[in-house]
Amino acid sequence: MQKHRRSFVKAAAASGLLAGLSPRAFAQGAPMFDTINMFVPAAAGGGWDGTARAIEAAAKGAGLVGTFQFENVGGAGGMVGLPRFVNQRKGQGNALMVGGSVMVGAAITNKSPVTMRDVTPIARLTEEAGVIVVPTSGKVQSWQDLAAAIKSNPKAVSVAGGSAGGTDHQLLGLIIKALGGNPKDAAYVAFAGGGPANAAIIGGQVVAGISGYSEFQEQITAGRMKALAVSGTKRIPGVNVPTLLELGVNVTAANWRGVFAAPGVNADQRAKLEALVTRMHASAGWKDALQKRKWTDVFLAGEGFAKEIAKSIAETEAVLKDLGLA
Amino acid sequence: MDAFDALMQGFATALQPSVLIYGFLGCLVGTMVGVLPGIGPALTIALLLPLTFKAPAVGMFVLFAGIYYGAMYGGSTTSILLNTPGESATVMTAVEGNQMARRGRGGAALATAAIGSFIAGTIGTVALTFFSPWVVEAALKFGPAEYFSLMVLALVAVTAVLGSSVLRGLISLCAGLLFGLAGIDLQTGQPRFTFGQAEMLDGIEMTIAVVGLFAVGEAMFLAWQGRETRRHELHRLSGKVSLTKDDWKRSWKPWLRGAFIGFPIGSMPAGGAELPTLLSYYTEKRLSKHKEEFGKGAIEGVAGPEAANNAAAAGVLMPLLTLGIPTSATAAVILTAFESYGLRPGPTLFTEQGGLVWTLIASLYIGNVILLILNLPLVGLWVRLLRIPAPWLYAGIIVISAAGVYGASKSAFDLLLLFGFGLLGFAFRRFDFPVAPLIIGLILGPMAEQSLRQALTISMGNYSTFVTRPLSAAILCIAVALLVLPALLRWRDRRRRLIK
Repeated sequence: MQKHRRSFVKAAAASGLLAGLSPRAFAQGAPMFDTINMFVPAAAGGGWDGTARAIEAAAKGAGLVGTFQFENVGGAGGMVGLPRFVNQRKGQGNALMVGGSVMVGAAITNKSPVTMRDVTPIARLTEEAGVIVVPTSGKVQSWQDLAAAIKSNPKAVSVAGGSAGGTDHQLLGLIIKALGGNPKDAAYVAFAGGGPANAAIIGGQVVAGISGYSEFQEQITAGRMKALAVSGTKRIPGVNVPTLLELGVNVTAANWRGVFAAPGVNADQRAKLEALVTRMHASAGWKDALQKRKWTDVFLAGEGFAKEIAKSIAETEAVLKDLGLA
Repeated sequence: MDAFDALMQGFATALQPSVLIYGFLGCLVGTMVGVLPGIGPALTIALLLPLTFKAPAVGMFVLFAGIYYGAMYGGSTTSILLNTPGESATVMTAVEGNQMARRGRGGAALATAAIGSFIAGTIGTVALTFFSPWVVEAALKFGPAEYFSLMVLALVAVTAVLGSSVLRGLISLCAGLLFGLAGIDLQTGQPRFTFGQAEMLDGIEMTIAVVGLFAVGEAMFLAWQGRETRRHELHRLSGKVSLTKDDWKRSWKPWLRGAFIGFPIGSMPAGGAELPTLLSYYTEKRLSKHKEEFGKGAIEGVAGPEAANNAAAAGVLMPLLTLGIPTSATAAVILTAFESYGLRPGPTLFTEQGGLVWTLIASLYIGNVILLILNLPLVGLWVRLLRIPAPWLYAGIIVISAAGVYGASKSAFDLLLLFGFGLLGFAFRRFDFPVAPLIIGLILGPMAEQSLRQALTISMGNYSTFVTRPLSAAILCIAVALLVLPALLRWRDRRRRLIK
């Protein structure tokens, strides 16, 4: 019985595809996909995993997908999982992978043979600007002081953040360069994960810290950290912190997350996955997740996304060269 | 007394049958997870995360708390009876506990572990309830320089587990330090000793090393020894599972000391649960009146570390709840669970979600009691596990270990690594090298290296930072004193005798 119903759904979905992907072609009861194999190149519980689970909830809530099969392969900024996804899911039209800008840098610093160029971009979903903070107990309390200190001797300004070569480190490199210094002189103190970095900053062990805004949000609200600048093109809504551009530093950077399909999928499979993610993005469940988790919506599907990735890779390579890591 | 009232409110909620059942379920699952090698609480809670989309927050966190504490209880069982710790925090328990089991005292070892876990878990939870802000504030004083000094102190404590041959012990330790180098270097992002394997980029997974060296290595060694020798050795188990008067007398101080070593270090952002077990073991060996029994099954060597790892588990929750800072894999997963309910742990959590937090804390007390009630009667049952013919038992252990490791990563490479470590563990047993120093090297090495380099980046390359920072200097002084004083005292005694 079960089997019959499945093949019927498949047939319905296929006929939907033939009907030119009009959203109305799918009746309420028939999902676009029976099963989606969702690959997360990070351990359960991280940012990518959270994104993937939110996609699952939204897509299932909107009746777009029957079930999600999750596979988490964590490690090394996605570089352990990415080759696995590329090898195992080649040409499969019902596989998705969550990824983001962290992967771009990780592939370069690790000299990984498999990179984001080897997967099929589907859509960019969210982004998060970086924030530069100082401990409220520290000596430096304003952007002017921090910038002056970096200008006079970057080696004396210890800055905590995530692993070396990651987006936090890159942002510091860009800032030092924009202030006229050599990024190689950055006194960057890499910590494994947000927890230890947070502790080092509020404990006053370092002069400043850099990470995504959500990573520091709680400490900023509690008054243990002071946010001096954010790295987005615009201010974060509801957060009264100037952008680097406003402060006269010509630097913008953001950590984006998106979804990818396997390599070797054909145009129809790709279009169908794009349609799925587009409809998922429009669902109430996804809007709710964005709001709850304070993610910035930067939805961009298809060719536009592919172009952005190419740009991101080129820019990251340049920054990492400046930092002496590529 | 605000905290006390709020806690009572928490108890009122946590004791409702609909919430209590989650706690009981969590304790049961947690104990099972702890018993099975290769599956930890972090993985289990991560697997249950999707439930957070459906179940109520209170029930979910009570369930997670039960799993978290339960795994700490269960972990000691296999370490003691089978010398197969499933994770790094119970390695020290295996060192002494398994020796007790081999001498027919497995029941006593399990009992002291369970009661010690209960007492230390409760002390840790009391500290969490009333002193969190202060403990966390003190823990924040620890920067990279202090962590490095702490690692130096830990390296002194390693001398307690080097075994009869110092050279062999040091070789084992250095092997661990070397294995610890594999993977991407945190401070530069460059891969080291990965041999082109993507799986090696994140370094050697601790669980794989522990399960390989102990569980798989032990099984291989027993297979090699053959059935005959084994029968004499293991099955002299007495049915006695309670503690004698002498056991109580020798256990209560280690329980308390273990608790007071465990929760401050557990609350440190880079403290972990392994370091306290090592320091507790070292302390007990130093203070014991039965030094000669250490390495041959001294009850203090089980009571102390078991208390320490449970208190550390409570300590880990302090920075999580008061600052929103996760300091262990499990804490990170629990943080995610908070986030999927739209909550952010931290200073504001107590004011905004007081009811939830106090229910969680109350459920930790209740969980401890449930676990004690659950585990003490089980001691007799667990001991019976050893009646299973060894070939079946260890074949089962190999299957479960392999399934656990493969299930966590679905990587064939990790399985190879598991059996590679198994072979190494076998060779170590065959040629009489101690295994514990290797695990400790694997834990301490990366922590020591990273904190050294972090400290030097902060101090602009100035090595004097380790002695000019008061806390760091104090820890180094203790380390030097522990290393030098005994030798000095011996030398003085000898000189006195010569003069006389």
